[in-house]
Amino acid sequence: MHQFIVPYFYFALILWLPFKTSRTALLFFGFLVGMILDVFYKTPGLHTAASVLIAYMRPYIIILLLPKEVTEWGDEEPNRFSMGSLPYSTYILFLTILHNGYLILLEWIQFGSFLYFLGKLIGTSLISLLLMLIAELFVHRKTRTR
Amino acid sequence: MRNVFLFLKRYSVLIFFLLLQGISLYMLFTYNKFHNTIYTIFSSEVSGKVFDRVNNVEEYFSLKKENQSLRLQNAALLSRLSSGLIVADSTFSFVVDTLKNDSISVVRQFQYMPAKVISNSVFLQQNYIMLHRGSDQGVLNYMAVVGPDGVIGTVVGTSKNMSIVMSLLHRQSKLIAVMKQGSGLGEVSWDGKDPAILSLNKIPKTVNVKKGDTVITSPYSDRFPPGMAIGYVEEVDQDQETNTYILKVRTSTDFYSIQHAYVVKNILEEEMQELKQKLIKE
Repeated sequence: MHQFIVPYFYFALILWLPFKTSRTALLFFGFLVGMILDVFYKTPGLHTAASVLIAYMRPYIIILLLPKEVTEWGDEEPNRFSMGSLPYSTYILFLTILHNGYLILLEWIQFGSFLYFLGKLIGTSLISLLLMLIAELFVHRKTRTR
Repeated sequence: MRNVFLFLKRYSVLIFFLLLQGISLYMLFTYNKFHNTIYTIFSSEVSGKVFDRVNNVEEYFSLKKENQSLRLQNAALLSRLSSGLIVADSTFSFVVDTLKNDSISVVRQFQYMPAKVISNSVFLQQNYIMLHRGSDQGVLNYMAVVGPDGVIGTVVGTSKNMSIVMSLLHRQSKLIAVMKQGSGLGEVSWDGKDPAILSLNKIPKTVNVKKGDTVITSPYSDRFPPGMAIGYVEEVDQDQETNTYILKVRTSTDFYSIQHAYVVKNILEEEMQELKQKLIKE
């Protein structure tokens, strides 16, 4: 069972960057975070690829979920106050599954089976979402309500 | 040309994304082929340094445990130094017996107290062994005495720091015994001839006894722990008048060279006696 559950949480750093962060900066930050993780996991490129992907996808998701122009928010970060609970949960859920799905897909290409892919995707996504929820409840982040 | 620059400007983010994605995928799929790439060297250098620092900090958390184990080791070594001193053995060691009260709790029946043998004889008709452990150290009359190889005898007298043990090599010594392979209660005694040979009587002929079979203490004894070796069958004789064997048993304990013994205390003996008394009164 333990092989299916890997608690990934680091990509929350990318999800929580302010709205006004430029796309290039997002990509660079994603690359850096993934790279640091890969150095310690001894899996060069694996986490980097996944975190670069969600850093690239992030602005599109925000535009889809929110009608306003992104630049209007300035310093604000995505959270349940600035975005509203439902859009924020959708944002987190989609990017978590995207990140884990891509990461595990890359693992599946190297080894493993479809069952491994599916089991690990579900287990890892659930534990990631749980960690996100806990962090959301306990980590105080600078917020300005709309 | 202008269109190319416009294209690049328009899709710069996508191109940057594809570039980074390409780098990471390249690293991912070529890693196994180039184990000694600069990346590997760099990454293990960096992560190794960090892991080393983490370990340095983590060591502080186990200092208490380390100290404790070192202290224990010191104590063990120091206590070895004092082995030259002559003191009466007064330590206890507990052994969990399989005797059970109910399915959950295990009751400890026998307590083993180590004792040093300070005098011994085998050539008399009434042989006694003296132990350097007496009433002050918990030895009482009628306690069983066993050695590492098997039964030695029974305590018959105690002083403050000494106790006298009637060894199996005593004309009045009598001990209930069973064959290891199964049924048949017998009685071990000594005929006073050979210090290595005991007699075992009253084993019924229904029991199949062969030379070399093990004779052990019975599970019905108040004093001796069950299953303790007494000896091995040396000679099998049929008693013509009764339905029992007359067996010669070679002692499992070498009575010539006993150095250490354990005095066995039956913790449940009081309870057993109480129960018997109650039964007699009623």
